[in-house]
Amino acid sequence: MDGLIWILSLLDSMVRLAAPLFLAALAGFYSERAGVIALDLEGKMLAGAFAAAATAAVTGSAWLGLGAAVIAAMAMSLLHGFASITHRGDQVVSAVAINTIALGLTAVLANAWFGLGGRTPNLEAGARFGEITLPLAETLRPLPLLGPLYAEVISGHNILVYIAAVLAPLSAWIAYRSRFGLRLRAVGENPAAVDTAGISVPALRYQAVLISGFLCGIAGAYLSTAQGAGFQQNMTAGKGYLALAALILGKWRPLPTLAACLLFAFADALQTRLQGVAVPGIGEVPVQLIEALPYVLTVLLLAGFVGRAVPPKAVGTPYVKDR
Amino acid sequence: MTPVPPAAATAQPWAVELVGIDKRFGPVHANRDVHLQIAAGSIHGLVGENGAGKSTLMSILYGFYQADAGEIRVRGEPVRIKGPQDAIALGIGMVHQHFMLVETFTVLENLLLGHEGGAVLGPARARARRNVEELERDFGLEVPLDAVVADLPVGVQQRVEILKALYRGAEVLILDEPTAVLSPPEAQQLFRILDRLRSQGRTVLLITHKLKEIMAITDHVSVLRQGQVVAGFATADTNEQELADAMVGRKAVLTLDKAPARPGAAVLTVDGVTVTDAQGIDRLQDARFQVRAGEIVGIAGVAGNGQSELLEVLAGMLPFSHGTLTLKDQPIGPGDGYDAAGARRRGVAHVPEDRLKLAVVKAFPAYQSAILGYQDDRAFSPGWRLDWKRVVARTAALMERFDVRPRNPLLKSSLFSGGNQQKLVMAREIEREPDLLLVGQPTRGVDIGAIAFIHRELVALRDRGKAILLVSAELEEILALSDRILVMCGGRIVGELLAAEATEGRIGRMMAGISGDGAAQAPAGADA
Amino acid sequence: MSTATRTDGLPWWATALVLPVFNIALALLISALVILAIGEDPVGALTSMLAGAFGSGTGLGYTLYYATSLIFTGLSVAVAYHAGLFNIGSEGQAYVGGLGVGLVCLALGGWPWWLVLPLTILAGGAFGAAWAAVPGYLQAYRGSHIVITTIMFNFIAAALMAYLMVNVLKAPGQMSPESRGFDDSVTLPMIHDMLGAIGIETANAPLNLSLPLALAACALVWLFIWHTRWGFALRTVGANEHAARYAGMNARRITVVAMALSGALAGLMAINELQGVQHRLLLNFPAGLGFTGIAVALMGRAHPAGIIPAAILFGGLLQGGAELAFDYQSISPELVVVIQGVVILFAGALEHMFRPALARLFTRSAKPVGA
Repeated sequence: MDGLIWILSLLDSMVRLAAPLFLAALAGFYSERAGVIALDLEGKMLAGAFAAAATAAVTGSAWLGLGAAVIAAMAMSLLHGFASITHRGDQVVSAVAINTIALGLTAVLANAWFGLGGRTPNLEAGARFGEITLPLAETLRPLPLLGPLYAEVISGHNILVYIAAVLAPLSAWIAYRSRFGLRLRAVGENPAAVDTAGISVPALRYQAVLISGFLCGIAGAYLSTAQGAGFQQNMTAGKGYLALAALILGKWRPLPTLAACLLFAFADALQTRLQGVAVPGIGEVPVQLIEALPYVLTVLLLAGFVGRAVPPKAVGTPYVKDR
Repeated sequence: MTPVPPAAATAQPWAVELVGIDKRFGPVHANRDVHLQIAAGSIHGLVGENGAGKSTLMSILYGFYQADAGEIRVRGEPVRIKGPQDAIALGIGMVHQHFMLVETFTVLENLLLGHEGGAVLGPARARARRNVEELERDFGLEVPLDAVVADLPVGVQQRVEILKALYRGAEVLILDEPTAVLSPPEAQQLFRILDRLRSQGRTVLLITHKLKEIMAITDHVSVLRQGQVVAGFATADTNEQELADAMVGRKAVLTLDKAPARPGAAVLTVDGVTVTDAQGIDRLQDARFQVRAGEIVGIAGVAGNGQSELLEVLAGMLPFSHGTLTLKDQPIGPGDGYDAAGARRRGVAHVPEDRLKLAVVKAFPAYQSAILGYQDDRAFSPGWRLDWKRVVARTAALMERFDVRPRNPLLKSSLFSGGNQQKLVMAREIEREPDLLLVGQPTRGVDIGAIAFIHRELVALRDRGKAILLVSAELEEILALSDRILVMCGGRIVGELLAAEATEGRIGRMMAGISGDGAAQAPAGADA
Repeated sequence: MSTATRTDGLPWWATALVLPVFNIALALLISALVILAIGEDPVGALTSMLAGAFGSGTGLGYTLYYATSLIFTGLSVAVAYHAGLFNIGSEGQAYVGGLGVGLVCLALGGWPWWLVLPLTILAGGAFGAAWAAVPGYLQAYRGSHIVITTIMFNFIAAALMAYLMVNVLKAPGQMSPESRGFDDSVTLPMIHDMLGAIGIETANAPLNLSLPLALAACALVWLFIWHTRWGFALRTVGANEHAARYAGMNARRITVVAMALSGALAGLMAINELQGVQHRLLLNFPAGLGFTGIAVALMGRAHPAGIIPAAILFGGLLQGGAELAFDYQSISPELVVVIQGVVILFAGALEHMFRPALARLFTRSAKPVGA
């Protein structure tokens, strides 16, 4: 029974850790499918995390924090769009600029507003997204296997986890079954085809990066007001890049990307449980090396040991009408 | 300048009228006061050299660019076309030279794009399928609606483009160089479709530089030169020579003087060379031929039938999987590490098909582009440093000899015109006096004056006893330059002809993969 | 990442001087707005920053000391940039390079510094090169995105170094994770000591012999990139990989070599920090200077002649920012990171925004009157 509890709690952590990663990866999905490089996920998430925590700390409302996070991250998206869509700048450089600005600005503002050396105050329970117990969780618990699975792993998360869960099939539906999805996929493959069909390429791409900002805002708010209880300097710690790696791994499709996020989250959840534990045959692995596990995993996966992924053809190239 | 009104159409309103269209791009005056009248229900040809302004004019009509001055009238009404959506709404459709298709989409998805008819695709998809199938029947445009575009042959992709325009309600269809990517029988099939469009009352504007096509299919023809309409004819009242003269603005020389070849020993022997791509498809299959010193061997074929792969293999840019290359009696197998540097060491020079992409670095000054491929030549770096002074001096000499203008080695490569870039590349490669010169599309995007110059230099190199392998999509160029002609189709060499026995008809049939000279028709559905 | 084609005919000095000055002015303006939003006095703050950076001998010494490290990391980013690679892993490469420098310094206690220096150059360069060559290899041969892998390698470097510091290199009996001090003999002489020896009195600052080393690196990079056939090949790969293939260059190998060179330059930064100033190996010594190299390289247009002034400017911002944080408790030194980001944005991603405007200004003023 101990083993089962251990596994259930591992899966429970996996779900918690996967949610922000998947929200960010989905943000990357909309951006890159439209042909705009999403290396800016890290900065947008960080901006969202800070905006959410700062607003929640002041107002005491997690929802207002979420709203602020979405606005902050969408503003970052607009900046990325301005540089890479309107001015056809180098999208990689633009994204790195956004990540750098977010890193500096969140630290400066946090310090100036709260005087806590770059963090926000700890949030009270009301200013955070609390856990929700799904209907019948306790009633079903006695059922063998499925009962505890439902009660421990599926139930008992905050609302943002369920939003992320709903967004997965919804995004797949949008991408493949809606007009917007058709145009989104087209503009990332061949913007000239979209343009000659009488559809504005910049408008479509701006819509995509704004959706990307919206989702990054939720992901950021998740980090600081659902998973954590406040903002800490550079609290994303590379999660934006991990999300992008998950998107690549998922071959730019929503559901496989979800699977990749779950894999990363599983490694992360396992990682915290391995600390201080003697692994048979190896002994106790140093904590620093265990912490590097998700990053090493990312490098290995990106190196194509799971098959080469083909990105949207127009990603990273500004659209210039050219004859 | 007033164009001669086409004789056949006098009373009925024009489908499209262009009145005094003027367009500049910086210093380039692309269209000057263009007047053009297109009769409804006709096929109107628009001919002119590269850079004469044909494509710009049609892009203005399709709303891609806005004219600086002038008026467009559609069915007699003055209109403003601010973008492709306006053009589509006015019933104007365009089939671009480079297809505007999303390759990862199915045909149906491509047709739907921009004309979805609702936020949700499901019901629209079913509706579109019915409408499209009707169009297919009406115009004889068979296209598999659920196939992914990337998997279709170019001829079929082009039909998708036509179908797309018709599905969007095009009454006037613009086709920009539609036969450039087609084999002659495919082109014949296209013309049958255009004929059918005309008989159903649609108007077709055909942009081409192939005068035979103009004579074969159009009702009227307008000639553009240096951005202006310089002549207009009813097709029945003119001929190829008259059109060619109007295009060039003087008596056009359509032939090239050259003495018969005096071939020597074999420089290159290709024996069973095969290139298999990552998908396991043979892009080049069992190629066998020789090129001897002092002869020009031309490779004819529709683009994408293995010629590019053949050139790249010989240039050391593409590894081959089977067979042997023998260069100057030295055999080279697939595992021998033959690469572009090795090719140059063995006296092979290469003027690639895609000059802008491969042969010059646009961001570099001309003198730096002028050593591309020969950067390791110790003559340029006697010590450990590159001697740029020496490179600049040599580039200046090259520019003098090959008449590259402007004669400024320090100018950025991208600031030279296409023809002058090509002359610089030719100069760089020919100056090496290579034993074997590989040339792809030597005159693509090059103006008439430079074409004659380049052709003369190639013949002169041959007469100095060098071997030349020429790949060109222009059958006329192949016929004018080659001493022997190989024809490629589907990655294989399907025929060989001596220059004397070659005609466009015979080569054309071979290009289409029809064996034997007797067959006159394409096998039904050969490309479906 | 290819060098953009320019046909606007701007004179070189407009590109080299006016645009960067404009960019930095705009970046300072935006930071002034940030300071204003915080509720402080931007003029006072920026004055305090300027005074801290350039107003005293000590301040200037610190500025140049930071600039020394930034020249190395700026060159690192620039070399990769010319090969069409955006290396944002200079931070981790410098960190790992520091391991090489530190190990040599620890091992060779008692040796004179001038004998140790060539070896620390080799070791720091080699360790940094190795750390950068792996992402380079993965980009060239496996198609992994260099930006993601170099970032991941920064995290991995941090973890690896933390492990080594805590478990292997920590001096016995020491609480904080740092190595024992280097022997005095191996540490580089300070500039103020050297100048003092010939009778010139200067303020006490951590500026050391690494500065001339950095300037020498600038000269070598300039010669290599623009005046050798290897540099020509590297630039060709960066400007047009297809043309490089056509020209018989091994683009993959050049990618790996360019990353190795880039990493080696980043690794040399550790000589300034460790052998020059800290005199021991300690946790997280690059302290963001690797990242700042990105802004330095972009602002300096990836050319040594631009990187030197850009490095001094950012060195000044770092030194001034530290002073600023001291004077104004509510302004944290991360303000410099914001300025970095804004410079990357304007000098890198938005370079197309101001150029046409500037070009119009020039063509207008260059037009003959009455034409």
